[in-house]
Amino acid sequence: MKSSLITRRSLLRTGLMGAASVSLAGCNQFDSLLDQDSMVRRAVASMNALTYRAQRLLIAHDRLAPEFTSADIRQAQHPNGSTDPDTDEYQAVKADNFSSYRLSVSGLVDTPLTLSLGDLQALPSRTQITRHDCVEGWSTIAKWKGVPLRAVLEKAGVKTNGRYILFRCFDALTTSLSGPDLYYETIDMVDAFHPQTILAYEMNDKPLPIENGAPLRVRIERQLGYKMAKYIKSIEVVTGFETVNGGNGGYWEDRGYDWYAGI
Amino acid sequence: MVAQESLGSPKKPRSRLIIRQHLATRITHWVWAICLFFLLLSGLQIFNAHPGLYIGKEAGFTYSNDVFTIGSDTSGDPPKGVTTILGHAFDTTGILGISGSGDDVVDAAFPPALTIPSHQDLATGRVVHFFFAWILVATLLTWLVLSLRNRHLKKDILLKGSDITGLPADIADHARFRFHHTTRYSPLQKIAYAGVLFVLFPLIILTGFSMSPGIDSALPWLLDIFGGRQTARTIHFITMSLLVLFFIIHMAMILAAGPINELRSIITGRYRIQASKNGSHRDEK
Repeated sequence: MKSSLITRRSLLRTGLMGAASVSLAGCNQFDSLLDQDSMVRRAVASMNALTYRAQRLLIAHDRLAPEFTSADIRQAQHPNGSTDPDTDEYQAVKADNFSSYRLSVSGLVDTPLTLSLGDLQALPSRTQITRHDCVEGWSTIAKWKGVPLRAVLEKAGVKTNGRYILFRCFDALTTSLSGPDLYYETIDMVDAFHPQTILAYEMNDKPLPIENGAPLRVRIERQLGYKMAKYIKSIEVVTGFETVNGGNGGYWEDRGYDWYAGI
Repeated sequence: MVAQESLGSPKKPRSRLIIRQHLATRITHWVWAICLFFLLLSGLQIFNAHPGLYIGKEAGFTYSNDVFTIGSDTSGDPPKGVTTILGHAFDTTGILGISGSGDDVVDAAFPPALTIPSHQDLATGRVVHFFFAWILVATLLTWLVLSLRNRHLKKDILLKGSDITGLPADIADHARFRFHHTTRYSPLQKIAYAGVLFVLFPLIILTGFSMSPGIDSALPWLLDIFGGRQTARTIHFITMSLLVLFFIIHMAMILAAGPINELRSIITGRYRIQASKNGSHRDEK
């Protein structure tokens, strides 16, 4: 009888060694599968589209995020990400206390706009006390006052093929070969026209602090903090965002985070 | 030919194989096992992004409402891992806060061996977490429908009057490591499974829902029930811990009650029971 290469004992030994090496090495077994560019990660991440569709289908588009009372404001809004952008452009508008700041509204609109902080403050405003949920897991409650994005978009007139709003910002958290990676974000028209989506210029009854995004930041109350771009320089109405920077619709989205952050 | 059911002595059958678990029960069981594995380890990855748990609507930065934190004290050399529970600090160097040694010291709340991916990567942790969360919920709903239809729910999970009256004896038997291999689940088994399926699963799913700002707009009362988003996050974590505790007991019981028989029943469906008229005789063990 030929001697078998695989005996029961050797099989058992190999199996045990295999099991032990998996448990010793821990979870780095999955690291390469989950690399940013891997097929597996792409497939797993595509579940975010299902979350987006399910929430858009099941949740009324004008349904409000919970609002709180002034008694719930117990601390200053915790700043995260950029807290004082060092780009020349920002330092220039900051130097004159944002009097030279102009918000540009362009793209697929009937009338492109250039709005000063005074222009924005002259438009109807909305004040809301809401909870800010960071993707990291923490939450803080603050009072925000600003102009509904809807009012600005209606003033400019959105063309029928406009599908997303692209916010371009003054700040950059990182720098690459082509220069600073300026923060940007995109949202759909449901969130753009949501009653609580405001371009905030006041926080807790004071002008928006530098560290929280002065002169203008957006509040998108049914999504996480990273969607709520700070230091907004311009608003563009676009049909898609595939050609913008990394093509994923936002600074953090280009770094692996889900585009839809309602979860 | 020998019938599959009578593998014991044909004259005096001492035990026989029955079909204990339906295919639906076995498939959903293993889908959950895989889901919970990935949900746990990706969940710990997410926790590591902000390793603190609080009571209330928000996380206190300028006031203190934390009940559990994992951090590190890097002022000394070597650095120390510090875990606080309800204000009491514990040195957890090597396991929580600071793990590894020498050049491989890792400054993370849960160590690399317990997170997916092993390095700090919140984005990927979330992607993995929500992928398996969808599957867990879909499987739970599927299981509920199938188990109503094939009577698994009524027969094996829901407690009957006889389960309540039989509970003291069952506790006494478990305490003595005496396990009955019958066609039915014992009262403690039923309580454990019903607790996981009808208390822990709904609780972990609903607290998960209440951390979604989108779902909060649709179901704001969820947050009122749980006492705020940060309390919901804390309950989510506690429920996870209870599921881990269930898993440990589940594994211990399989080992104690006979791993071959128990594993066979959840893989092939076949389970060896002690043959008798009323099906309640004890196994040789």
